[in-house]
Amino acid sequence: MLLVVAVLVFALLRLAPGDPAAIMAGDAATAEQIAQIRAGLGLDRPIVVQFGIWLGRVLSGDLGESFYFRIKVATLIGQRLEPTFALAGLTILIAVLVSVPLGVLAAWRQGGWFDRALMGFSVLGFSVPVFVLAYLLIWLLSLELGLLPVQGYARITDGFWPFLRHLILPATTLSVIYIALIARVTRASVLEALGEDYIRTARAKGLPESRVLVRHALANAAVPIATVIGIGIALLIGGVVVTESVYAIPGLGRLTVDAVLARDFPTIQGVILFFSLVYVLINLMIDLSYVFLDPRIRY
Amino acid sequence: MVLGNWSVRIGGAVLLLLVLVALAAPWLGTVDPTLFDAASRDLRPGGAGEITTLEGETVKHVFLMGSDSYGRDIYSRVLYGTRVSLIVGLAAALVALVVGVLAGLVAGYVRWADGVLMRVMDGIMAIPAILIAIAVVALWRASLTSVIVAIAIPEIPRVTRLVRSLVLTIREEPYVEAAVALGSSTPKIMFGHILPNTIAPLLVQGTYICAFAILLEAILSFLGVGLPPDIATWGNIMAEGRVQFVAYPHNVFFPGVFLAITVLAVNMLGDGLRDTLDPKMAQARVRTQVLDEHA
Repeated sequence: MLLVVAVLVFALLRLAPGDPAAIMAGDAATAEQIAQIRAGLGLDRPIVVQFGIWLGRVLSGDLGESFYFRIKVATLIGQRLEPTFALAGLTILIAVLVSVPLGVLAAWRQGGWFDRALMGFSVLGFSVPVFVLAYLLIWLLSLELGLLPVQGYARITDGFWPFLRHLILPATTLSVIYIALIARVTRASVLEALGEDYIRTARAKGLPESRVLVRHALANAAVPIATVIGIGIALLIGGVVVTESVYAIPGLGRLTVDAVLARDFPTIQGVILFFSLVYVLINLMIDLSYVFLDPRIRY
Repeated sequence: MVLGNWSVRIGGAVLLLLVLVALAAPWLGTVDPTLFDAASRDLRPGGAGEITTLEGETVKHVFLMGSDSYGRDIYSRVLYGTRVSLIVGLAAALVALVVGVLAGLVAGYVRWADGVLMRVMDGIMAIPAILIAIAVVALWRASLTSVIVAIAIPEIPRVTRLVRSLVLTIREEPYVEAAVALGSSTPKIMFGHILPNTIAPLLVQGTYICAFAILLEAILSFLGVGLPPDIATWGNIMAEGRVQFVAYPHNVFFPGVFLAITVLAVNMLGDGLRDTLDPKMAQARVRTQVLDEHA
């Protein structure tokens, strides 16, 4: 699958009409200078050869050199990794901590006011664009109430509290759509589990309702919830690109947009490949986690 | 039956209103959305100012939603932006549906093509939609067509998978067997017997794609990689306004509210259609459905 991704990414970007050599050379460059840069980048070779060379390098961890930043793409990605992982990690943490209990409660009182409110919020969560939400929260929490910084990022080495303070707003923003998604799936799968015979048995033998919900219903709903967290990673990566732009966080998402604006092919390729790899790997890990979540599953 | 559902009613009514607004934009007290006047920069909503027409005349104008840093009328730009959003949403959904249906029919009905086609689709699905869209727009330079195609491409695999799975079920139905036995040609069976039975789920899927496309178009414009900034789209208005967000939040809020309401209406329509057109799906397959829609 990653090979298919590699071919797609390579094909997509090498078909681009913008000439990176001309862009790098600048407006005042002569034709010879452009040709020289093009040869230096290997852009004058046949496309299949370019792909072969590129794939060989990629497999050995070399993503080439950025046209724009003039440093290795792998190094570039490495530099931008921390903010993005911190943002994504905190987002997932908030999302799971909030959405799973909400989903369970909604399923427990299916059709009640809480259930309806949550499902209403869920549709809303899918519909409000992340950047609109971002500005709404900035306006409310930063400008009106002055609680949190408007923009920017502090590295974790600058101290944990400034680091967290800068991340709370972006992570909250980003977690809304994720909460909507996970809460919906949690509700649906807990609801399905609640209809099973073993729930009636558990209730009949007098277990407290909380234990029935958590140990019996939620435990049996764990696999779909894990699955949706994995699939939601794609959503999260998309959200990261937007959120980092709004909050001026120097992460991979911001890098993607900058690379596209600068037509920086190696960086675009590198970032897309990296994101796809992360997505596939996380989903693989989630597939493997099924063994723990559901003892009936064996590989 | 469909019109009895409240989600469909509300979503449909709001969308109808938006379509009317889009069509009637020139007669709703707007000016040309590209007009600007240096004397009317950064007006608050409701502020009075003046604007220079294409003929060079200066006329008085009330800026209902304020003006941006070029002195353009936000109200006019937001109303005209409705056109772009609706066109992009509808067109992207159509493109994704047509291509996805063709690919899905082939994958589901032609055995040897199945493997290759589905591997390619898996590959596309492994790349987050927004990255594909950004890359495709960067590839062809942003125009209405390239933006529509860019948004449609990541949606194609979902349609393909849906159609393929439907075809795999439907092809075992007795009426298809009968058609095969009667000697109908493969295309005739695919389009005449199988396709009509996939309409309801496709309609639902198409609605969700439409909502997603409207959202994605705005995101692309907002990031500065979508339609050229002089075209009035909600994302472009917000991209222009974000620089001065602290001082003039209205430039971001009005298009943002329109965008959220539109996407919400389309999503409600989709949910309502799903519940009424396919009640079985709504009940038993909520889970997989949610996974497919929003992945």
